[in-house]
Amino acid sequence: MAILLEKNTTILVQGITGREGSARAAFMKGYGTKVVAGVTPGRGGEEVSGIPVFNTVEEAVRMKGPIDASVTFVPGPGLKDAVLEALDAGIKFIVMPVERVPLYDILEMMAYGKQKGARLLGPGSIGIISPGIAAAGWLGGTPEFAKRVFVPGPVGVISRSGGQSGTVPWAIQQAGLGVTTVLHIGTEPVVGQSFGDILPLFEADKDTKGVAIFGEIGGPYEEEAADAVRTKKFTKPLVVYVAGAWAPEGMRFSHASSIIERGKGSAKSKIASLKEAGVHVVDRPDEIAPTIKRLLKA
Amino acid sequence: MARLYEYQGKQLLKGAKVPIPQGEVVTTPQEVRKIAEKIGKPVAIKSQVWAGGRGKAGGIKFANNPDDAEKVAKDLFGMEIKNLKVEKALVEEKLNVDKEYYVGVIIDASREVRAPVVMFSTEGGMDIESVPAEKIAQINVDVLRGFRLYDALNLCVKLKVPTKVLPSIAQAIMGLYQTFKGYNCRTAEINPLIQTKEGKIIAGDCRMAIDDSSVFRHPELGIDVAREAPTPPTEFDKIAWWIEEGDLRGTCYIAQMAPDKKGLGYVGYHGIGGGGAILGVDALNRQGLKIANYADTSGNPTAAKVYRAAKVIISQPDIEGYMLGGFIVANQEQWHHAHGVVKALREELPKRPGFPCVLLLCGNKEKESMEILKEGTADLQNPIEIYGSDKVYETEFLAKRMRALIDEYRKKRGIKA
Repeated sequence: MAILLEKNTTILVQGITGREGSARAAFMKGYGTKVVAGVTPGRGGEEVSGIPVFNTVEEAVRMKGPIDASVTFVPGPGLKDAVLEALDAGIKFIVMPVERVPLYDILEMMAYGKQKGARLLGPGSIGIISPGIAAAGWLGGTPEFAKRVFVPGPVGVISRSGGQSGTVPWAIQQAGLGVTTVLHIGTEPVVGQSFGDILPLFEADKDTKGVAIFGEIGGPYEEEAADAVRTKKFTKPLVVYVAGAWAPEGMRFSHASSIIERGKGSAKSKIASLKEAGVHVVDRPDEIAPTIKRLLKA
Repeated sequence: MARLYEYQGKQLLKGAKVPIPQGEVVTTPQEVRKIAEKIGKPVAIKSQVWAGGRGKAGGIKFANNPDDAEKVAKDLFGMEIKNLKVEKALVEEKLNVDKEYYVGVIIDASREVRAPVVMFSTEGGMDIESVPAEKIAQINVDVLRGFRLYDALNLCVKLKVPTKVLPSIAQAIMGLYQTFKGYNCRTAEINPLIQTKEGKIIAGDCRMAIDDSSVFRHPELGIDVAREAPTPPTEFDKIAWWIEEGDLRGTCYIAQMAPDKKGLGYVGYHGIGGGGAILGVDALNRQGLKIANYADTSGNPTAAKVYRAAKVIISQPDIEGYMLGGFIVANQEQWHHAHGVVKALREELPKRPGFPCVLLLCGNKEKESMEILKEGTADLQNPIEIYGSDKVYETEFLAKRMRALIDEYRKKRGIKA
């Protein structure tokens, strides 16, 4: 078992003929994911790694039947249209490995997605992977790399850093454990799925025995995790690391999308709120894996 | 966030029919005098810097006549407020303040909201953080429905704003929201929104920042660098932005941390992946080293983009070393990084004999990337150490290696460590 991606989840790749779209479509398919269709306007009728390409999402759904999830490999300024198109075609889970998306576009996507009852992962999420089951996005990169780094096991991983969503599972594997599902929530100022949305899914997944979070300064997400624990929406062992304690005020660290404003969102306030809820906060990232291992043994 | 100065924000508000004081922005005391003459009333002379608490720091002066205006302006120009030099001032009619309100629009990223929030308070003029909750009215905006005039009116009604000024205040709130939406702001604030003794509603001061990713939609704003920063962009920042601006393939973020590198111990820092890059900085700091710049090239950038970034970082004057801080087991194929970095090293290192480098690169296509790095730097005379994923969390070790190589480099240059 895993969350959000199951063995039979059907996937569409929007922007499948581009540099990233074609490379990662090949990866996802090679990893065993059910990539049933791709979309690039004006390229309908072609194939990418044996995956049929359509001109629109609606056309893809008409030809292939209902599709569960879409991965959007389109440039930031074009993302809103791609997401609305997928939502209108009835797709309920959208993974958006796209950065530099205009903020107001993001807000409109979020509002429309909510109306449609869909989950939007990202924007700026490098993706989601459930080892041995499926991958959506570029988390995993290539089938060989994905198999080497992500091994099945009892730990759920959620990261705010794209790079660390590969590194933490690798460290967990080095510690002799594995992962159920790994997700990167995304780098943009507003994202569709944060810790508060994902922790209850791991709570419901019987194979997930505990969760590791790679957090960062800025934003309300770590506080949401603390809330989920406090309100018993998540009751399994939870280890959190919060990166960026040294950052000067008002500075944004690119992928960290971390703005410390008015004392809120600082490492200090996040750590305090997590500790108060009884979460295991570690001081260094290399303590994440040994700590979750120790907690799962107990 | 690309910040706007007060005078720029006010022009946008004017376009949305929010009344602003009569005035103009100038750069010399003589011009201040001219504008004061034109206004023909007592004036306020407000320094245009990106700093809060301008008034307390002496950045706002008042004058009753053009002579005084020119005199106080002489003190204002060249003054420093929170390390920012005053180069522009906004000269405006001085308002007869009766009451001050606050209006702001922010984005709330928390999962219950994920939408703009319009905030209004009858306690303007101060930091909204210090205003008690019962004096603030706010509404989360459903962006599909939009923010309507009656929403603005209801915010006023909630805080018992007198009926005679209520419509004009609601119009100002509307105007701010339209500006926020129309110019894709990350935040927008009018504080204070002034009610004059004559009963007029006028925007006294404003703060706005445009969303970085939307700047391309507004060439009319003339923003050089669409990056969030506490200070206006330096030449270095402009070069760094040029690398990113035209190329959407992957991310290249470079920020200058120390424009005036005084003393020793500065490292040109090239991180990969925001989260991991921050770890490396922590470790370097513990070894008594400082970063001259922060950088992050990730999201699978092309080798060309990585090369430009590395070149900008290594060619900084007065740095004592270069660290490629790839503290992540990356999903991106790292050979793009290997190729880009090698090209930059081959061009820059012959100009800097003895200058040391520590290179950490881990993840997808690591074996091939290691070979590219090793072969590509084999004939260079500089001390270069190359590490892979067995050292990905060894931040202390790598920072110590950087320190040791820098100490040797100092010895060679006859500098005491």
